[in-house]
Amino acid sequence: MSTSPDALTVRDHNTLFNSPEYQEQRERKKQFEGGSAPEEVARVAEWTRSWEYREKNFARQHLTVNPLRACQPLGAVLAALGFAGTLPLVHGSQGCTSYFRGHLSRHFKEPVPTVSSSMTEDSAVFGGLSNLIEALGTSVHLYKPDMVAVSTTCMAEVIGDDLQNFIASARTKGAITEDIPVPYAHTPSFVGSHVLGYDNMLRGILSYLTEGKKSTSNGTINIVPGFDPYVGNIREIKRLLTLLGIKHVVLGDHSDSLDSPATGEYHMYPGGTPLAVAGDSINADATVFLQALGSKRTKEIVNGWAGEAVLLNPPIGIANTDTFVTEVARVAGVEVPDEITAERGRLLDAMTDSHAYLHGKRVAIAGDPDFVNGMLGFLLEMGMEPIHVVSSNGDATWAERAKGILAASPFGAKATVWPGKDAWHLRSLVFTEPVDLIVGPTHLKHLAREANVQLFRAGFPIFDRHHLHRFPIYGYAGGLHLLTQLVNSILDEVDRNAPDHSFDIVR
Amino acid sequence: MRQLAFYGKGGIGKSTTQQNTMAALAERGNRVMIVGCDPKADSTRLILHSKAQHTVIEKAAEKGSVEDLELEEVLLEGAWNIRCVESGGPEPGVGCAGRGVITAITFLEENGAYEDLDFVTYDVLGDVVCGGFAMPIRQGKAQEIYIVTSGEMMAMYAANNIARGILKYAHSGGVRLGGLICNSRQTDREDELIIELARRLNTQMIHFVPRDNIVQHAELRRMTVIEYSPEADQANEYRELARKIEENDMKTIPTPISMDELEELLIDFGIMEQEDETIVGQKAASTVGA
Repeated sequence: MSTSPDALTVRDHNTLFNSPEYQEQRERKKQFEGGSAPEEVARVAEWTRSWEYREKNFARQHLTVNPLRACQPLGAVLAALGFAGTLPLVHGSQGCTSYFRGHLSRHFKEPVPTVSSSMTEDSAVFGGLSNLIEALGTSVHLYKPDMVAVSTTCMAEVIGDDLQNFIASARTKGAITEDIPVPYAHTPSFVGSHVLGYDNMLRGILSYLTEGKKSTSNGTINIVPGFDPYVGNIREIKRLLTLLGIKHVVLGDHSDSLDSPATGEYHMYPGGTPLAVAGDSINADATVFLQALGSKRTKEIVNGWAGEAVLLNPPIGIANTDTFVTEVARVAGVEVPDEITAERGRLLDAMTDSHAYLHGKRVAIAGDPDFVNGMLGFLLEMGMEPIHVVSSNGDATWAERAKGILAASPFGAKATVWPGKDAWHLRSLVFTEPVDLIVGPTHLKHLAREANVQLFRAGFPIFDRHHLHRFPIYGYAGGLHLLTQLVNSILDEVDRNAPDHSFDIVR
Repeated sequence: MRQLAFYGKGGIGKSTTQQNTMAALAERGNRVMIVGCDPKADSTRLILHSKAQHTVIEKAAEKGSVEDLELEEVLLEGAWNIRCVESGGPEPGVGCAGRGVITAITFLEENGAYEDLDFVTYDVLGDVVCGGFAMPIRQGKAQEIYIVTSGEMMAMYAANNIARGILKYAHSGGVRLGGLICNSRQTDREDELIIELARRLNTQMIHFVPRDNIVQHAELRRMTVIEYSPEADQANEYRELARKIEENDMKTIPTPISMDELEELLIDFGIMEQEDETIVGQKAASTVGA
């Protein structure tokens, strides 16, 4: 049905939807729907950028517009993928699981092996017991995992399905054997966010694997990254610990499961923390959490372990990484090698080189609570000025910590911290109190375009730029990478906007 | 810490029995918490001397989300420092009360409500109707169930149904039936009947609580009998029940009986008459013109 004059001209959606037939169709649709005149649309759009609208927007109570967060089971799937041979099983309808697979695949650009118990209307009435038993039996038989990690969705939670009981029934009924580990977590999608779901599932996995394993010290340090969208971060942390000469275990490690090499052969379960190693994590000398706020549930069980629990801000920027390095060196009783000190010096040098282009830039930032707090450290170190600090899944505790970080720097004085606010709130903030840069996930690109502000993509999810997650933003090396991206994207803008007489060779 | 759950047919006197028994346990020096799992929120009024306390769900709805809730807002202390919480739930006809129970108990666990306690009891609405109402007997929660019943037919039906619910959980977890509490309705041979029902369910009638108007007198004052009239005979009955629960070493996996068997039992005790199959589906004989 192509009306193209030349059949060989393949039009992509950029050009196709601008062709006359689509434009006419759109016009007819608008008439059918009784759409407002363009002038009226423009007038209302302008009004929604006003202070008056901002006040109405912030009085909004019963609606979330672009929430900037995903739901608990999505985090549970990521947590499961951090363990070797582990198949995530989501107890709920198929659509939920498709969403988690799709969402994670779009960010990590990797296949995400995850199965569903395929609940339907009859399971909602009679309970999901038979679905879960069949799902466990089938997936263990077909996909031969070493462990299945079960999480739940809205439907299973509303009808009150009891995973502990169901999994035990699957064993007594012979669908699965007694020896295959099946940890679980109740992860109602309507409570918390993907960060809480990750935390709940990690807790479920660790309490299952460590049960009865308490013994004498194994001389290792546990690292709990939390919901980390950067596989590069996990690799960087492992590299630093190796440089420090610290025996360590990452709980859980999805750096290979979501960044496996193309070898020509498909492996369903690449990488992940070996289950026996994870089971022995109870005997570590210390457990270091890289996301203090997003690890509350896991920390509760670690409190019962012999080793010390250390809660940190994510090691983004100089000071946060300094804290990480000195804390792990302290708990492990080692000295910081010169090589790491040199890395720190190189980052500091680079930051000094670039600071003129970043200093005083007004920034809006949005994302997961720990990510935002870690990132604030780096932005402030560069002399950038956070203005709007938003975390839709951040609570009062997050806001207090963020305020503390901001108060410790003169560049934080202009910032306002907004827990529980969404992207539509952020839009009002950006239009009423303009910024030079927005830092956050892909979902902010529409706002960035409308406000004609540059978006620096960081956090989760990043769907529309490639491979950012393969590089670290943690540690001194991660800081250098972050700085490189940030300053160069700003320099691209500087060049794009420079008049001829200032289109300089040297920046 | 021992966790108990009281189940039974609606209106059988679960909340009253439970609050009086817990008052007696607290009087004996135990540290006690009552978790009401009934949308009516009437499981703690005799301890708190109030109409109905603010529930977890009500407060969460007011604040926007459970995450914004503080424990002190929903956990109150009443007589003998008994800690009281009501899960609450929706108005009849809307929403999901079972989810309310799950939300409330999860909230209590996450916020450390279970620290420094000897007894926790869950007062659960009627029959085991959905997964949410089975929340109190999930692994790691109530391990002993007490079924409040009487010699009336429907109360016994309900008791048998609850035993079926417990059986589902007993095989995969540690939940056990601690006994039947007969809250007397003064029906004929009531004690014998409940003892027999208990025997067939592989449990015991842990106590026979006689009927006494003083319970109503105390209720009007929103008090337990233990507090209202400590010297009364009825107070001693609840104390006796509390002692038996505290010392109970008979916790079993129930053996629910079939409907036919239950009906036979009722017929044997004269509660129900033998069905006459010949009259089934027959219209009344016409009396016009007789």
